[in-house]
Amino acid sequence: MTEVEAALADAHRREWARVLAATVRVARDLDLAEECVQDAYASAMTAWDRSGVPDNPAAWLTTAAKRRVIDAIRRDVALRSRLPLLVVDEEEREPADPEEQDMEELSAAVPDERLRLIFVCCHPALAQEAQAALTLRLVCGLPVPDIARAFLVTEPTMAARITRAKKKIATARIPYRVPRPADLPERLRAVLAVIHLLFTTGHTAPSGAALVRADLVDRAMHLARMLSSLLPDDTEARGLLALLLVTDARRATRVDADGRLLRLEDQDRSRWDRAALAEADAMIVSSLRAAPPGRYVLQAAIASLYAEAPAYEQTDWPQLVALYDRLLQVWPSPVVALNRAVPLSMVAGPEAALAEVETLEGDERLAGYQYLPAIKADLLSRLGRTAEAAAAYRQAFDLAANEAERAFLARQLAAAD
Amino acid sequence: MAQYAVLIYAHDSAHRPDATPEDTATCDEHADELTHGGSLVMAYALTPRDMATSIRADAITDGPFIDSKEVIAGFYVIEAPDLDAAIAIARTNPVVRDGGGVEIRPVHGGGFVQRDSRADG
Repeated sequence: MTEVEAALADAHRREWARVLAATVRVARDLDLAEECVQDAYASAMTAWDRSGVPDNPAAWLTTAAKRRVIDAIRRDVALRSRLPLLVVDEEEREPADPEEQDMEELSAAVPDERLRLIFVCCHPALAQEAQAALTLRLVCGLPVPDIARAFLVTEPTMAARITRAKKKIATARIPYRVPRPADLPERLRAVLAVIHLLFTTGHTAPSGAALVRADLVDRAMHLARMLSSLLPDDTEARGLLALLLVTDARRATRVDADGRLLRLEDQDRSRWDRAALAEADAMIVSSLRAAPPGRYVLQAAIASLYAEAPAYEQTDWPQLVALYDRLLQVWPSPVVALNRAVPLSMVAGPEAALAEVETLEGDERLAGYQYLPAIKADLLSRLGRTAEAAAAYRQAFDLAANEAERAFLARQLAAAD
Repeated sequence: MAQYAVLIYAHDSAHRPDATPEDTATCDEHADELTHGGSLVMAYALTPRDMATSIRADAITDGPFIDSKEVIAGFYVIEAPDLDAAIAIARTNPVVRDGGGVEIRPVHGGGFVQRDSRADG
């Protein structure tokens, strides 16, 4: 890779959102903005080859993209008058000619530009799967074929999903704006949920052979980092980043050399990413101090406590149960109640935990959730009720779609039989 | 500014033929609020589900077109600069706190028809 190619790849990964977000404001049309930003990246190759990589690649690319937008608008005024334009607040509109703006000023002037883009992509008026796809396309700059692969749908299906979402943004007039403070918590929840969804989709790929789709995990991590830096005072944004860091710190040890899934207690803790765990821990501590903890801060605290113990047996189980109790208060999810059964079994014994799990079996929101019979099977086998344990493992096996997880459950099943 | 239709979904309409002003007070107060706020363009309250008649190619039947827990109890059109503003207005509808909800649809076109005066007679 030449120096220019490397600089360009770097600018694509790090600056795409910034460049597109600024361009959208001028174009007031997502497709036009996307096209012009893509052209700007393409033209950078020759221009930077000729006169060197600019000091501020993002500013260079933004100026180039905006210039293309203005040319396109001049060329086709008639077409534009028939299109519903993106709602951009009047006082924030850009001066028509980007040349009037100082390049340095441009990059520093609007630090929250990317936030508008993120909030448009994750608007609750769009279906969550569309929010996720739009975020990957517009904020991360991921090509449509890659997004289609990530969500296991065909390319035309994904393209249609993205087109429909863009049409709704324009027609229903979803504004290109950071929500007002009163609406921010609710709107931010949607953004955090999308980033979390991207991460979990990548972390345990819902089906197929590989347990981790690394690219999705990296994109989610990148988004969480971006959001947390754009909203430095928001503890939930920081909490989500911490949660992803802790979870991903164990990436290398989740499967063995043959790609077989390993349980937490069987993982090699010496290979966990200590730097990531330490970074997450500092974030969790500062978040817990700053405000009453929300869902993501508590989830991160739980994951971090699991990871902190020098050995599985030395995990602080009573503290974990206490954290799960607090989590259940802010986020009364049956999945949380189910996961609480694991530390509970270490504090109060497998019998008590089994009773909780059996109560949860009646919750229809958990019907078809493979981890319920899996946890139940583990508790039953610890109680020596092997026949029932085998039945539960079989149930979990039948529900699991991921090959690595199925193989793990098949081994448990064979051992229980 | 854009126009949005707001469809009110409730268990049923409070506007029975014999409804008293007390029965429809919540709806009327909300309509007044929207009128004073300047966002209301037009509004219709509908009679209850028992008054509905549905028509398909093969049959005419008693009741709402879609058999569901909720029916459209009324609809109105508001004017708002964008979807967020429209949501902020629509979510103040009392039905939202009362077990029902509203659906917002951007209006494409339409309005009152200028009618020939002879047709009235």
